[in-house]
Amino acid sequence: MATTELHVPSGEKMPREHYLNATYGIRSWLLTTDHKRIAMLYLISVTFFFFVGGLFASLIRIHLLTPGGYLVTPETYNKLFTMHGVAMIFFFLIPSIPAVLGNFVIPIMIGAKDLAFPKINLLSWYIYLVGGAFVLYSFATGGLDTGWTFYTPLSSIYSNSAVTPAVIGIFINGFSSILTGLNFIVTVHTMRAPGMTWMRLPLFVWAHYATSIIFVLGTPVIAITLLLAGLERMFHLGFFNPAYGGDPILFQHLFWFYSHPAVYIMILPAMGVISEIIPTFARKPIFGYDFIAASSIGIAVIGFIVWAHHMFLTGQSTYSAVAFSFLTFLVAVPSAVKVFNWTSTLYKGSIAFDTPMLYGLGFIGLFTIGGLTGLFLACLGLDIHLHDTYFVVAHFHYIMVGGAIMGYLGGIHYWWPKITGRLYPEFLARIAAIVLFVGFNLTFFPQFILGYLGMPRRYHDYPPEYQVLNVMSTAGASILALGYLLPMIYLTWSMRYGKVAGKNPWPATGLEWTTDSPPLTENFVETPVVDWEVYDFEHRPELGLRGAIGKKPLPTHGDD
Amino acid sequence: MHRTGELFGQFQTLEQQKETATLGMWVFLVTEILFFGGMFLAYSINRHAYSTAFGIGGNMLDLKLGGANTIVLILSSLTMAMAVWSATTSRKSLVTSFLILTLILGCAFLGVKVVEYKQKYDHHLIPGNNFDISYCIKNRSAICGTPEDLTKEATEIEEGLKVDPDLNAHSQLYFSLYFAMTGLHALHMIIGAGLLLFLIAQASKGRFDANYNTPVENIGLYWHFVDIVWIYLFPLLYLINRHLA
Repeated sequence: MATTELHVPSGEKMPREHYLNATYGIRSWLLTTDHKRIAMLYLISVTFFFFVGGLFASLIRIHLLTPGGYLVTPETYNKLFTMHGVAMIFFFLIPSIPAVLGNFVIPIMIGAKDLAFPKINLLSWYIYLVGGAFVLYSFATGGLDTGWTFYTPLSSIYSNSAVTPAVIGIFINGFSSILTGLNFIVTVHTMRAPGMTWMRLPLFVWAHYATSIIFVLGTPVIAITLLLAGLERMFHLGFFNPAYGGDPILFQHLFWFYSHPAVYIMILPAMGVISEIIPTFARKPIFGYDFIAASSIGIAVIGFIVWAHHMFLTGQSTYSAVAFSFLTFLVAVPSAVKVFNWTSTLYKGSIAFDTPMLYGLGFIGLFTIGGLTGLFLACLGLDIHLHDTYFVVAHFHYIMVGGAIMGYLGGIHYWWPKITGRLYPEFLARIAAIVLFVGFNLTFFPQFILGYLGMPRRYHDYPPEYQVLNVMSTAGASILALGYLLPMIYLTWSMRYGKVAGKNPWPATGLEWTTDSPPLTENFVETPVVDWEVYDFEHRPELGLRGAIGKKPLPTHGDD
Repeated sequence: MHRTGELFGQFQTLEQQKETATLGMWVFLVTEILFFGGMFLAYSINRHAYSTAFGIGGNMLDLKLGGANTIVLILSSLTMAMAVWSATTSRKSLVTSFLILTLILGCAFLGVKVVEYKQKYDHHLIPGNNFDISYCIKNRSAICGTPEDLTKEATEIEEGLKVDPDLNAHSQLYFSLYFAMTGLHALHMIIGAGLLLFLIAQASKGRFDANYNTPVENIGLYWHFVDIVWIYLFPLLYLINRHLA
């Protein structure tokens, strides 16, 4: 299996007609039903929310530069971390990979002309915008100070900030997620091209199928929960109000029933991206395809029964805490299956350190740290010490920033030639990937130590002995910010001035690489027929890899 | 102008298109189950915790109106099923008639619901500052029903207060859930009525026949789902404690 790179993209020309130049004008974008254009609309909007959330994060880090908290008042500090969480989680992380990359590549990957419901796809984007507008209104008119978790009775009775518009906005935005998930599930079931069997689906599609299950089953629960909390705030109903016998803990159960699986909404698509990048740049079929596909579904299923590990210290019986602790350890198994399979894929591969691969390798390392520290927190005794400290903050940022955003940026770089038809400047992109990795670790690794030493999260002040680590974290955050600005700049630059990429610049095996870059509005001239196995470099001589042999005659005679 | 279901661009065949639409509707209904599920969970937990207050609250609902509404809704499911059957067997004029009948029954349900809500308002059973579970006992007036009913209610509340001194607060929780659950159900009925209007407009042009009837079938699925939610709501809210009475 020692195939090495031979492919040099040269003299490639942009296709004459593609989805970007098929029609012109603002209406052709705002009323489009083309999944690729909708993905671009999402790309712009989630990037906007990413920088809104990033702005709040910068203010938090600057504030924490010194003990005593001189930059903002405690009340403002509460609002900053709340708005950071709400913008990042509901309006960036959750839609990022599915709505941008998933939207763009899933139909092409399975050989379809579009998603099953193109108009509903556009509707999802508009719902997202309306939800986003409500949340921005809340930010602008008094902000939000409940924490992104909206725990009652703070959110329903005591908070004086603009909770109601934020709750309405997140409620509305939920339907955008539900419709995206519904669209993906139905698309994968009914829109596959001839020969694209379930076991030939790229792992990116499997990951999104699993994510969509969570979208469809989890999101309605957060919708109803926030609706009840909102009704309680607006009309003084008593669902979670102890004065009427309502139970605030019930809110936490309902909230985490969605919001823990939501963590897997953020990480599963990133895992899907990595499963595409690793075989492409190791020039080797992925190791244990079936196991990676099944582990995505496993994570989605087990992810639904671990929620109360967020509530070990907020009032539940010891027995249920033990059960949830055990189940939380269990969810580590399918996650580990993926990590082991990715590393096994690298073994004896012919590895190319292109930018997406740097993100992919970074993801594996950071996700492993984030995942393993999650096990610390699943451990009942240890969680009593670590609960609500910076250890938790560091843990979930390793998953969400080190995992999900690394995956997102890796995917953006990987499919950028397909999306725009042009290559980004490789050297600059590698520098940015390394800057991000360094900045990220410098920002969040000190927070593990801070948390272990006992610094609680969500406090605007800390004792002077914690300053060194906080300064390190803030310094890291400024490097991280540079790492995010760089891709913004060179990716935008490359849309016009980048080298023309051609159909398959890496080369990669997926169906999306057999069509033009950028693709036609209909994706393919003719409906493709898939007669090769997934991630098979060996029997695909057209990829131009040395060591490739001719088409496999009969794929039914067992595996090699 | 006669169209037997056009093929949208993203599909290869009409069968694929139909299969896709139907699967989409089923997946949507799954999300709806989870959507209502959160409230059913809240109901169950609180019903377990405050069974006396919930029992008394349930007895204060109007069984006759609720029962009549249940029958109306089941009938509307029947007419909806008949509309689907008429479409699949190409009885075009029957489709329109059955759809209109379904719409009328749906509106009748909503009308009765308005009457019930008004009654709860008059009896001071809307959660908030004016909520008072014993309002009718304190102000014995005609709007609260017959003297026998009121005497029965007075005994119930008296007995209830012995078991649960916070009866007023806890029964307010019951009515919070009652309004949230039936309100959300009514909202689904209103959306359903809008969808029926759309179907009636299409059906009156004779669009649905044995070859093309996906919209009737899928909106039918939605309508049956909304009915089924009520089939659970009715016993949980109205019937569950009637043996006390």
